Amino acid sequence: MQKVCVSGALMIMLLVLSACGAAAPDPAAISQAVRETVAALPAPEAPQVSAPDPAAIAQAVRETVAALPAPEAPAAEPAATPEPAQPAEPATGESRLDTVLARGNLICGVSGSLAGFSNLEPDGSYSGLDADYCRVVAAALFNDPDAVEFVPLSAQERFTAVQAGTVDVLFRNTTWTASRDTSVFMDFGPTIFYDGQGMMVRADLSIATLEELDGATICVQSGTTTELNLTDQFRALNITFTPLVFEDIDATYTAYNEQQCDAVTSDRSQLIARRTTLAEPDAHIILDAVLSKEPLAPAVAQNDSRWTDVVVWSVFVTFQAEEFGLTSENVDTFLDTENPDIRRFLGVEGEVGIGFGLENDFAYSIVKNVGNYGEIYDRNLGPDTPFDLARGPNDLWTNGGLLYAPPFR
Amino acid sequence: MALETQTAPPKVRLDPVRWMRDNLFSSWANSILTIVAVVLLYSIVQPASRWIFTQADWTVVVANLKLLMVGQYPLDQVWRVWLSLLLTMAMLGVSKGVWSKVVGNVGPAYVLGLTLLAVLPFPLYGLTNRLWLAAGAAVLIGGWWLGRRYGASPTFRNGVSWAWVLLLPLVLLLLRGIEPLLPVIPTRAWGGLLLTFVLAITTIVFSFPIGVLLAVGRRSSLPAVSIFSTIYIEVFRGVPLVTVLFMFLIMLPLFVPGSESTDNIIRAIVGFTLFTAAYIAENVRGGLQSIPKGQFEAAKAVGLNPFLTMVLIILPQALRIVIPSNVSQYVSLYKDTALVVVAGGGMLELLGISRNIANQPEFLGKFIEALVFAGVLYWIFAFSMSYIARRLEAEMGVSKR
Repeated sequence: MQKVCVSGALMIMLLVLSACGAAAPDPAAISQAVRETVAALPAPEAPQVSAPDPAAIAQAVRETVAALPAPEAPAAEPAATPEPAQPAEPATGESRLDTVLARGNLICGVSGSLAGFSNLEPDGSYSGLDADYCRVVAAALFNDPDAVEFVPLSAQERFTAVQAGTVDVLFRNTTWTASRDTSVFMDFGPTIFYDGQGMMVRADLSIATLEELDGATICVQSGTTTELNLTDQFRALNITFTPLVFEDIDATYTAYNEQQCDAVTSDRSQLIARRTTLAEPDAHIILDAVLSKEPLAPAVAQNDSRWTDVVVWSVFVTFQAEEFGLTSENVDTFLDTENPDIRRFLGVEGEVGIGFGLENDFAYSIVKNVGNYGEIYDRNLGPDTPFDLARGPNDLWTNGGLLYAPPFR
Repeated sequence: MALETQTAPPKVRLDPVRWMRDNLFSSWANSILTIVAVVLLYSIVQPASRWIFTQADWTVVVANLKLLMVGQYPLDQVWRVWLSLLLTMAMLGVSKGVWSKVVGNVGPAYVLGLTLLAVLPFPLYGLTNRLWLAAGAAVLIGGWWLGRRYGASPTFRNGVSWAWVLLLPLVLLLLRGIEPLLPVIPTRAWGGLLLTFVLAITTIVFSFPIGVLLAVGRRSSLPAVSIFSTIYIEVFRGVPLVTVLFMFLIMLPLFVPGSESTDNIIRAIVGFTLFTAAYIAENVRGGLQSIPKGQFEAAKAVGLNPFLTMVLIILPQALRIVIPSNVSQYVSLYKDTALVVVAGGGMLELLGISRNIANQPEFLGKFIEALVFAGVLYWIFAFSMSYIARRLEAEMGVSKR
């Protein structure tokens, strides 16, 4: 009964709040959030979530939101007028960093259903690249990689969850785009995985380039940017094709496996992972062509520099540790090194960590507890995993990759 | 009473050939229909059973059985879930003893099911779980005996009814824990079938009284009450359930500051309850309308006030009439709990877990096995619910009036 009373009170507050125009949260921000939420429904990175018709949801949500400012006598409850709004906006200068440190654990938004990035293990723990990066941030904050509460988020709710403050940070195989950085009110950290859209075909078709796919039937997920990229690229190359559209990722690959289409397109990491599940993995090749850039990066709510700094530089620590040759095994032997860069990095001297509002040896905590980028990558996507993904662009700049950390000084 | 004096029809010997000729091949058209049906059945059953027994890789279910059942509930605390099951089974047994016809075959079927699960050599689970399952069967039988022994006493019957009322809060308390006696398990860790049950049963319990109140309110002569009830019912009936959940799980923190710390499960239950209550209200209103005017007049004649008329005369009759439609509402609610996967909130109930485990690197793409398993679980309990409802209906003589 109590639950019901609470909810009733919430509903009434909601109506009153929205009736008092000025006191309510910025309607533009909300409608933008809703629009992005809806637009993100079948995003390419999280295709596992099968959503109902996105247009229907969009319409429903828009109607729900539009229906809210009901003429529910604003004068009836003037006490509600000075209610503070905009929960996620740190207008008072208080940073999420303080909130997280006071709480004692990190609430991290992940996918929970993307093998290699974040997935639920039989024992109930999360593993994957994204999940390990949650542990990186937790190690930086608390010297404890397990001080993380994982929240599995669907593609449609991920940004809303960040804006509403339900999660502190989003490591959810999220592509960094301009509109998400601006009109969705996110701030992004460094890319932790450079992905790109690829194309898988049956080897016996002996196709090597996109041009040879002229007239082919291609399996793709509906409404995703993957689908849009496919259309864009093929129009640019002046190739005709028949898209075979599916709402569900499993259905997409099942159809490809049953030869309903000649090729299937998706993120390359996913294609490689999914190839291992096909009936005859060796009978399929992934073309060299890359149809789009998909830099997967962490996201936090915008305009909170202190918190963003912590997330950004925690990621940089893993890059820099690999560059220095520090691993979770050997990092202790470097504590008495003469190299001033490494001494500063590990917090033996200098005050780098203090500047973030963290322990001075936060980098040491990360490397010791979780490892450097190479260790994290190999653990989740490397040769010993079913994926066996080559590092490619996800290698240090010194090895011809794109990972580059600014100096720690 | 004329029926008893008539002679019973002669018993027909059960002769398979004769039976087939009478029922399957009685005419040309029937014979063709039978053959077509057999061919169709074979073409479905044969590949399905081949897939189940030879092609499907059930290791994905075996390895993740704990996740499917209780989600991330800590392994060393799972005894609390088992204990809840035992309590429920004991109550089911006692009820079987007291109201044998209502519970019907569900009691024996659960005893059989639990015993089979405990004894059959499935490679799914260890000895501890088998002992718990056996204990479940044992308390069910024990309760049954107890119910039969003392079922005649009205005090005992009242006690059993109250025990059912107390069961849900007790189980919820047991699952959640209470400091310092039992460590608190955050609801974030609840998942799988356990979460499906918590969502469905709590919603059923809360939505019923609200629905009845709304139904009575809608027929009230006080304009404020009836207008509020009507608006409430029409708003919630006119909005898709997914939207209600979406509102409560995702949009609420944007509108109501501070609500992001409210438990997601509570928010989902509130959403489900408000939605279901509107439908229950309409069902109950249908029942109220079917009560003849004479009942009201008779109640008035014996001097009952409107409140007592409603509680003592009208509602008992009306609620009995609407059992079938309410139960079908509850069964559909039980299945609709899967919508939290779409609406979000990070809750992994049975369907959510089933989809997630097919994304473990070692089981990538084994989604059909996981979904089939979840489907069977959904069916077992949905069928139990509608079966008991059918018996309840027959026992209370709904169709006779």
